[in-house]
Amino acid sequence: MATDTPTDTDFGQVSRTKDVAFRLLALAATLVGIVSLAALLANVAVDAVGWLNWGFITSPPHPDPYEAGFLPALVGSIAIMLLIALITFPVGVGAAVYLEEYANDGLLTRFIQLNIANLAGVPSVVYGLLGLGLFVGLLGFGYGTVLAAAFTVALLILPIVIISAQEAIRAVPDSQRQASYGMGATKWQTIRNVVLPRAMPGIMTGTILALGRAIGETAPLIMIAAPTTVFGIPNSFESKVSAMPLQIYTWASYPETEFQYGVVAAGVVTLLIVLLTINSIAIVIRNRYQQRT
Amino acid sequence: MMSRDSTASLPTAVGRRDFLAAAGVALSGSLAGCSSILATEGDQVNIAGSSTVFPVTEAIGSAFSEEYPTINVSISQTGTGGGFGNFFCAGRTDINNASREIADAEIEQCGKNSITPIELTVATDALTVVVNPDADWVDCLTVEQLREIWSADGAERWSDINDDWPDEEFELYGAATTSGTFDYFNEAVLGEDVNHRSDYYATERDRTIVQGVRGSEVAMGYFGFSFYSENPNSIKAVSIDDGNGCVEPSIETAMSGEYTPLSRPLFIYVAKESLAEPAVRDFTRFYIERAATDLVSEVGYVPITEEKRDEDLERLEEAIEEVTA
Amino acid sequence: MSQPDFSHDGIRTARGKAFRYLFMLCALLSILTTVAIILTLLVDAVDFFAEISLVEFLTGTRWSPTNEPVAFGVLPLISGTLVITVGSALVALPIGLLTAIYLSEYASERRRAYLKPALEVLAGVPTVVYGYFALVYVTPALDTFLPLSTFNALSASIMVGIMIIPMVSSISEDAMSAVPDSLRQASYGLGATKFTVSTSVVVPAAVSGIFSSFILALSRAIGETMIVAIAAGQTPRLVDVTDPAGLFLNSIQTMTAAMVQIGTGDIVGQGEAYKSLFAVGLTLFVITFAMNLVSELVASRYREEYR
Repeated sequence: MATDTPTDTDFGQVSRTKDVAFRLLALAATLVGIVSLAALLANVAVDAVGWLNWGFITSPPHPDPYEAGFLPALVGSIAIMLLIALITFPVGVGAAVYLEEYANDGLLTRFIQLNIANLAGVPSVVYGLLGLGLFVGLLGFGYGTVLAAAFTVALLILPIVIISAQEAIRAVPDSQRQASYGMGATKWQTIRNVVLPRAMPGIMTGTILALGRAIGETAPLIMIAAPTTVFGIPNSFESKVSAMPLQIYTWASYPETEFQYGVVAAGVVTLLIVLLTINSIAIVIRNRYQQRT
Repeated sequence: MMSRDSTASLPTAVGRRDFLAAAGVALSGSLAGCSSILATEGDQVNIAGSSTVFPVTEAIGSAFSEEYPTINVSISQTGTGGGFGNFFCAGRTDINNASREIADAEIEQCGKNSITPIELTVATDALTVVVNPDADWVDCLTVEQLREIWSADGAERWSDINDDWPDEEFELYGAATTSGTFDYFNEAVLGEDVNHRSDYYATERDRTIVQGVRGSEVAMGYFGFSFYSENPNSIKAVSIDDGNGCVEPSIETAMSGEYTPLSRPLFIYVAKESLAEPAVRDFTRFYIERAATDLVSEVGYVPITEEKRDEDLERLEEAIEEVTA
Repeated sequence: MSQPDFSHDGIRTARGKAFRYLFMLCALLSILTTVAIILTLLVDAVDFFAEISLVEFLTGTRWSPTNEPVAFGVLPLISGTLVITVGSALVALPIGLLTAIYLSEYASERRRAYLKPALEVLAGVPTVVYGYFALVYVTPALDTFLPLSTFNALSASIMVGIMIIPMVSSISEDAMSAVPDSLRQASYGLGATKFTVSTSVVVPAAVSGIFSSFILALSRAIGETMIVAIAAGQTPRLVDVTDPAGLFLNSIQTMTAAMVQIGTGDIVGQGEAYKSLFAVGLTLFVITFAMNLVSELVASRYREEYR
């Protein structure tokens, strides 16, 4: 790269210009995705004005855009999400504790680890087929029910929950474990009294973020035959369930301007607000408990 | 125990305890929520089937759920055949939307699972062929021309049908094969010996056909009249010549019977056995009572006559009596 | 890390053991999930391949699962998926790579603290929302100067591309940050500019990590469902590679979109179309799984290189 010719100023000038140009290009590339998304979000937010109101949040869907509402989808999404939390949290934490605290660095552990990383990359529509074959078909949870939806999406986010829980557990300093052992505590006592409490904020943050991912999933719900439209809120685990992204998918096909640039926009904004709320909760938990420790 | 706790976990003791308390509250709260969800079991009405009938059922379902908020009504757009074969006759749904009559094979399948379908007419449709408003060369098509366009190995370009028309490939949008609209179009236009082409945009989401056709000058599509009447300005309906001159699709021509061969009745089929459940009973009554009203014409179909409604209601009540007796 | 249990208290040990096995069960559940996925896909796919030969499936050029005469050639769907993958790669790979270079070599600590989470948001937006954006904002905007169909591969590719930018940028940036500073200092010492250091030292040194990020991002694009189901259309056609423009301007059908289409009508049936769902699903699973595996193996190599 370097040169030993003394008359190097021109070359230096050129390469400096090139350097600045490249720097700007890289900055532009960094911003292009963010700016595009921001523009799209601004568009949808403006379109939703006037449509996102109390009536929209509290009514069932309707073919007339002025009467159409989002209630069953909103409640359905939240019901699915709570059930997913109940399923994934204990299993995810359990798996993470095993991998971080118990497992040796043997072949099996590495296989499990590789497998988890790979599961996180399996397309969500394939998880939908798993749900269709296993939960709807084999186990008879019923097509498109709250139960089938929750279990299917729970399996989908489980790898993410495990990976984030592992990171949280790994972040607990080893000295604290040693201190606990030094006091005569057993392994299980150490995990229960030292490791898990210290790791809990991180685990919660990771789990809640994963739930945010879950609430936006559409394809698995389609594959377990969730209905096009649901008018009531779920009244049992066997209820057919609607969810916000599904209702948006249904509405996205309605060609009327009032739907495309009104009702659907309101649905999208509602979904994003719920998502934002979930993620904020995660961040608040992280910040609050990070400061204490 | 207490002392070991606080020494073992060193600086986080306070943070941990109120954290656990918070987590406990959150957990028990969500569990309580779940058990209250569980408490009111039952009260489901599950519907699958035709996407053509979907707008009527959607309007009725929405009105119904405002009157009966505790009953959970769900609709899936699966196509008439998909609905009968995979849902209704398999005992998974109570009601099937249908844009054609139930087939013999489907009655047999239902019978095997001890399901007795009851046919109720809910509206009359004018199956509508649409093109882009800018396609000013075409206003009317004969049934023969339609057959050429939609049959497998048929015409590829507009100019194949008429030399004066543009030398452009068709962009075709139509009903998916699970759809009663597909079956009806197939039977009425193509006949038994001709296969429907397969290289077209096939969908149960009829409204995407509107989106597609209005986006391209060389596009053509077909679906229930409702999807045209919702969007009369962005797409153009083609008149159909069945040998007696061009007739444009409309509520009037469908009602008078002039619009042949594409005007057709729309149905719902309810499983007699499901009528034992109060929720299904209430919903079906609610539906038929409103099938003779403006609610149907607002959606874009022809309401049934009041005589037909009374006749259907009578049959419905008879069936209800039989299963509840 | 692991500490021997010195306790001789029998109950304690028994309880400790019980928990150990319980936790192990949780971890094994992930393997069970993989097995379940493979089994569910295989059971119906095997049934399917008993009727339709594997050769016919893999080499057939017509996809018409329910319309007479039925045909189950997966090539039109694979070609549709390829169009979307190539299109989104053209968007995401250069942008993602430049982003990674910027973040790792140019951005100040403070700026990075803002930019990285902002980029992550791109991957966090639900895909159904991207699909809606593509259909109602991007396509009409592009349609003002391009002869676009309402459903087209172009807007879907752009959206998929934007969605996968952070996958490229974050993994590539990790790899670049792992390049030892001594390498950079050596080049600066020779009078090199930042541009030269970035492109001639850091990128080559991090190439396995970058490669790994590319594979992972492409695998995401292949598996992406909602954006293409909403915006790219449902027309299974073998794309004509001699007409690259027409390829992007018109409606196509990807493997994932075909699954959604069959899924809405024939979902709980037992016919060939229903089984074909699992055959396509298996194809998709095998492709993405292989790509993820390659990516993971390459990534673990670069992690070792500089550690």
